[in-house]
This record gives sequence, C-alpha cells and structure tokens, in this order.
Amino acid sequence: MKMASLIEIIANGAKVGDQRPWPRFAVDAVQWQEIAEGFRDGAFVLSGLWGEADAVHMALLDGASGEMAVATLPCPSGHFPSIGSIHPPAIRPERAIHDLFGHVPDGALDLRPWLDHGCWGVRHPLGVRLPAEGGSPYAFLPTEGEGLHRIAVGPVHAGIIEPGHFRFTANGEAIVRLEERFGYAHKGVESLMHGLPLDRAAKLAGRVSGDSTVAYALTFSRAAEAALGIDAPPRAHWLRALMAELERLANHLGDIGAICNDGGFALMLAHCAILRERILRASDAGFGHRLMRDAIVAGGVTTDLDPQRIFKLRQLLTELNRGFPQLVELYDNTASLQDRTVGSGRLDPALARQFGAGGFIGRASGRDFDARRKFAYPPYDQLAFDVPVRDDGDVNARVWIRIKEVEQSLALIEQILNDLPGGAVRVDLVPRAGEGVALVEGFRGDILVWLQLGDDARVRRCHLRDPSWFQWPLLEAAIEGNIVADFPLCNKSFNCSYSGSDL
Amino acid sequence: MALIRDLAVQGTQMFLVVLLAPFVTGLIRKMKARLQRRQGPPVLQPYRDLLRLMRKDVVLADNASWLFRAAPYLIFAATWVAAALVPTFGAGLLFSWSADLIAIVALLGSTRFFLTLAGMDVGASFGGIGSSREVMIASLAEPAMIMIIFSLALLARSTQLSTIAEYMLSPQVGLRVTLGLAFVSLVMVGIAENSRIPVDNPATHLELTMVHEAMVLEYSGRHLAVIELAGSLKLLLYISLIACLFTPWGLAPVGAGWQAHAIGATAYLAKIIMACAALAIFETTIAKMRVFRVPTFLGAALMLGLLGTLLLFVSRGL
Repeated sequence: MKMASLIEIIANGAKVGDQRPWPRFAVDAVQWQEIAEGFRDGAFVLSGLWGEADAVHMALLDGASGEMAVATLPCPSGHFPSIGSIHPPAIRPERAIHDLFGHVPDGALDLRPWLDHGCWGVRHPLGVRLPAEGGSPYAFLPTEGEGLHRIAVGPVHAGIIEPGHFRFTANGEAIVRLEERFGYAHKGVESLMHGLPLDRAAKLAGRVSGDSTVAYALTFSRAAEAALGIDAPPRAHWLRALMAELERLANHLGDIGAICNDGGFALMLAHCAILRERILRASDAGFGHRLMRDAIVAGGVTTDLDPQRIFKLRQLLTELNRGFPQLVELYDNTASLQDRTVGSGRLDPALARQFGAGGFIGRASGRDFDARRKFAYPPYDQLAFDVPVRDDGDVNARVWIRIKEVEQSLALIEQILNDLPGGAVRVDLVPRAGEGVALVEGFRGDILVWLQLGDDARVRRCHLRDPSWFQWPLLEAAIEGNIVADFPLCNKSFNCSYSGSDL
Repeated sequence: MALIRDLAVQGTQMFLVVLLAPFVTGLIRKMKARLQRRQGPPVLQPYRDLLRLMRKDVVLADNASWLFRAAPYLIFAATWVAAALVPTFGAGLLFSWSADLIAIVALLGSTRFFLTLAGMDVGASFGGIGSSREVMIASLAEPAMIMIIFSLALLARSTQLSTIAEYMLSPQVGLRVTLGLAFVSLVMVGIAENSRIPVDNPATHLELTMVHEAMVLEYSGRHLAVIELAGSLKLLLYISLIACLFTPWGLAPVGAGWQAHAIGATAYLAKIIMACAALAIFETTIAKMRVFRVPTFLGAALMLGLLGTLLLFVSRGL
C-alpha cells in the first residue's frame, strides 16, 4: 500500500492564512495523529513543533516529494495529542511547549520541565500564566545496576563554553546512559519577538545563536520577505550566500581545529585558528563586522561590496586554497589522531533519519539532506556544488564532512565572486500582514523560521527552530558504549548549539 | 673540608632543582607555543603563577578532611627528597648513600598514594575519576620502572644512583642494547608519570579527560601552588634521572674540584634544554591516546624493561 503523501493527508484539512512559500493547514486531532504515524513510518520528517496561545503547529517535510507544509491544530482546551509518544524527536519540543504555553500533550511519556527551571517566577509565560510552584528537584531518569555510578558535569564547565548539564551513568569508564539537561541559556526569544518591528526582530534573530548569526538573519529575512510577498534583489541574494558561505567556512575550520584539540592535538587548532582568523578579518573588511552580524535584513543586505573588498576576499580564497589542503593532509597523516576519531561516537544512520538530523551530523550518518540543494533557494539554484555524504557516522566522518564542505564552500565563494550580478542590494518594504516560513542551511544544519506579521508589519508570532533540537538527543544515543574520557571529543564533533535550542 | 664541600654540593643541588623546576615547565610551554605558531606566556610565568597562588586564599570544601590539607605538603616533601637524591651536575651526593633508586621509586609512589587519596577525599566525581585513572596508570608504570632499575643495577652492580652514574661515566660501559631498551622504557614511564601527552594532557580544560588535573581540581591557593611545584619538580626529577643515567657526560665525579662542577652545571643546563625541546616536539606531533590505550603503551615499556634485563643475562651467558 502506498503511503499517503503529505499533501493527501493534510489537504483534508482547511488551508489557513496565506502562508508562503509553503501552505499551512488546519488539522483536527485525528489528522494530527495520522501525521504522527507518518513520522513514525518514516514517510515525513518532523521539522519543527511549536506552540501558540491557543494552538500548536508543526512543520513537516515529505522526504520523497520534497514538499514542506505546516499543520496547525487548534487546542483551545489546552490539550493536544502527543506526538512524542509515537515519534521520540517530538519529546523535547513538546516539553518546551508545555513550559512556555501550558498546553498538555496527551499521552506524553515525559512531561518534566525542559526550559523552565523554576526561576521565572511564573509558569507558562506565553500562555495562561500561573504563579510559580515551589520547585521540586529535577528528576533525572533512573538507572539501576551493579557498579553503576553517576557523574554530573556542568552547567558550569572548566572551559569557556556554553552552559549545559550532562548526567552520565557509567560503569567505570564505560558510559551506560547520558542524559542532557538544558535551558540555562534561555533568553525568552519568542516573547521578546512579540510586537517588534522587522528591523529589530531581524537583529534579535541574529542573536539567537551567535555563531550562526548570518544563517539566522538570513532565515528570518527570507521568512519576512515571504510574509510580505516581496523578493530581495538578485545581488542581495548573492551577497547573502557569500556571507553564509564565509560563516560556514569560519565555523567549520574552528570545529575541525577544536575537535583535534580535544583529541590532544593542539597543532591542528593552532593552524585552523589562523585560517579562521583570516576569514573573520576578510569578513570584517568585506561586510563591516567580523561575524557579519546585522548585515542581512528583510528586503536585502545593508552593505555592498566594492571591487576593493572583492579583491580582499579573493586574496582570502587564494590563501585558504593554499593552506587548507596541507591541514587536511596533516589530519589524514596523524595516526595518533585518527586512532581517536575513527570509530568514536558512532551515530546509527537509522536514528539520524528518524530525527531528521541536519548538517554534518546527518550527512555523516547517511542522511542526504541539504536545504541549499533540496529547496535551492537563490542563488544556489545557479551555483554548482556537491553535498558530501558518508555512512560511517563516527567522529572521523563528521570531521571529513566538514572538510569536504569547506572545499565546497571555497568553490561556491569563487563562483559567487565571479558571477556576482549588479544592481541594488535592498528594496523598500511595504508594511502588511502576512505569514511566512523559511528553511535555510546554516553551518549546523537547516534552520526553520516561522513568522506571522500583523497589519503594521510588526511581529505577531515568530518561532526560530535551531537544528540542534534534533541533534542533541542523538548525542545521547551516539555516546552509549563509549568511554567517559571520549565524551568531549564526541560532543565537539556534534557541536550543537546550547543557545539556539534554549531559545 | 671534604665534608663541607660535599654538603655544599648536596645543598646546591637540592635547592637548584626546586628553583629550576618552574623554569622547566615554563620552557616547555613556551617551546610548545612557538611550535604551534603562538606567542605563548613568558618562560618565567610559572614563577609568577606560584607567587599569585601563594598569595591567594584557600577555598576548602566543607567535607575536606585533614588529609586533603596535609597531602600537598606531604607530596611536595616526598618529591623534593626524591629529587635531592638524583645527581644533577655532580655525582658526589652526600645523601645518596642513605637511599637508592628503589627508594626514589618508593618516594614517588607514596606521593601518588597521597594524591589519589586527596583526589577522592572531597567526594567530587572528577577527583574519583582522576584517582582511578592515575592508579591504573601507576600499576603499570611502577613495574616498568622497577624492571629498568633491575637492568641498570645488574650492570652497575649497585642500586645506588651515584654508583650507577659513576659506572656510566667510566669507560667500561660501552654500547649495550640493554641500555637502549632501558632508556626508551624510562622515557615512556617518565611521560606517563608526569601526565604528558599522549597519556594525559596537562593543558586541557576538559574535566572528563583529565587524569592528574582531575585529582587536583579541588585545590586552590597555596595548596595548589605546592602541588604544582611538586609536579614541576617531578618532571625535572625525571629529566635529571634520564640525563644522569644515559647522558652522564659532564657530570662532575665524586670529589672533583669547583671547575668540574662548573662544567657539570653547564652540561646539566644544556641537557635540560634539550630534553625540554625533545618533549615539546614530541607532544606537538602526537595526539592524546584513548584512556584504554595507556595500558598498551605502558605494557610496551614494561616489556622493554624486561627484555633489557633478559638480554643482560643472555649476553653474560648466565
């Protein structure tokens, strides 16, 4: 029997709003569960699950047809059928919805708080507000067995990294279970977004996860443009792609160095850091900010490139093309390093598929998905590039995917600099109400932004879904059976965002 | 007169190692930084760090016992005594006759005993992890060390370090395979004992991968200063030990004049700098190994030591 396609299931629901570019449908509880079964059977991929004061939404992706849609289930009663009980990737988003809006997923297996650490003074801040309860300590999942001991790590770490708590249950060195506890970097982004004019909202979006500021601003701007029914000028599209690739380069190089450093090979970090610094300086010279923050806005970009700046970027390319292959050789020829990375933290391809893991995590475990290729948003429809995929799923595979992506990004930047079209870089916005959704490939994976604008083009509701939502849980799975001392290496190879998924 | 001179030589050596120890740590850090194309902190930074730590308050866990407070001083004292027994620039050590190589190993073993106890004392999880890993490493490093001592003692017919050093200086040594094996083995043990890459990473900030650092994670202020100084001292001890056993050139023989001692001191400095350079280059070119690879690494050291001893019997025809 052929699985019902995405459109067939939700076309029974009523199309609501004029969400662009993908439709949004209102569904009832039965259809909601049918979709959940579609997730379970692998027909669709859950791409986002978020709440509103009187409804829950989910973004789904049809793996076969490449269609994307948003399904909305009104839940005035504050209850909705749990998807997490059928499809585990939905568990954490459901817990977040419960914390923020108070909607109860019926049948959920896990309703412990996720973002709410009892420090807000209020419960369900975005729904029906209730006074905070006297906090009971967070109940970690129980582990039983002889010789098991628990190791609590974080949220304050010895290094300068983001806050997150990891609870290991180990038998000597072997990890039996890892449980993550996040929410320490919660900033209330969804609430802060409410009522913001587009320019300030774009700035806030660029600060959800600092290392992906370009990707976030780009996703938000694309969603805003879709909502307003406008399109950025061609030159703006190309400049955005240029920034996105520079960001990807800088982050991948930082990651490759940091992974090797966690394996005790500081030499690689030193070399990668130099190349990364060159990229940041070239970005500063080209776009006025080392991380290119606030350069992308709805309607276009704020800065333009002149020939002198383009020359600087070309110089950067020459340097990277010369320096990077030597680093790849260094990585490939250091046997002691390979001994650490090969076989460590292997992620099962089936899990990567189930969770719809984006970015290098998914692509290192056989999930051939790249938003730049799948949805070919401009200018990627006119650029030639490969999407590297591997099946081995270990730390080494994730390093190699990054290496290949660096090479692809270098080639992309070259194409962009060669074929950069002329013209304006920004169009004026016409304020109107609307609804838009956008999916953009950041360096970690696909970032989803769903945006509702009011009549004055102020943000009514905005949800920013970091790729890490569906990557963090996989770390728990990948680390099982590894040893405690290898966790930092595996964690670094995942390099998920704390800030992005804590919202 | 001879006694006064011997006392002077012994005293100078004793204080020289303590004074030089932070310099060695600083020099290795500087060399590693330069190899990684970084500027790196000044060579004298470890001295400043020690002074800074000395001036700081001690933060103690509520449940820390007397052992936790006493351990740093015990560790430092035992390490210092062991270091005072190793000839640096002159072989004629006054204290040398009171303890031999086996005593040095025992002294270092007792420092480890106190350090692992202190690591577990507060009950923090990282201290426990560090202690258990340290003991795993030690249980393999110590037998290897003993094997090395056996082969050297069989050669020099003594376990006294001064006697062995003098024997090594004499022309009757010659080229021996045993010495080569013992040298490689001792270097491997030294790397493991001093928590260097690839066994441990002294520069890491990752709590979960630490061995030595995990055990001293709870220490602060003067306690930490004393422990760090003891750590530096131990590294210098191993460098001095390897230098006096396998490269004894320039070492002033017993009863030599001031001139010989001056030459010895210069040679000693040169040996230290070369050892630091070798260690820095080695650590830069290799990644840290998996925790469970360490037994293989130290097993190789043990086998080399054993092989050295066996070869000695074979070549002598029993």
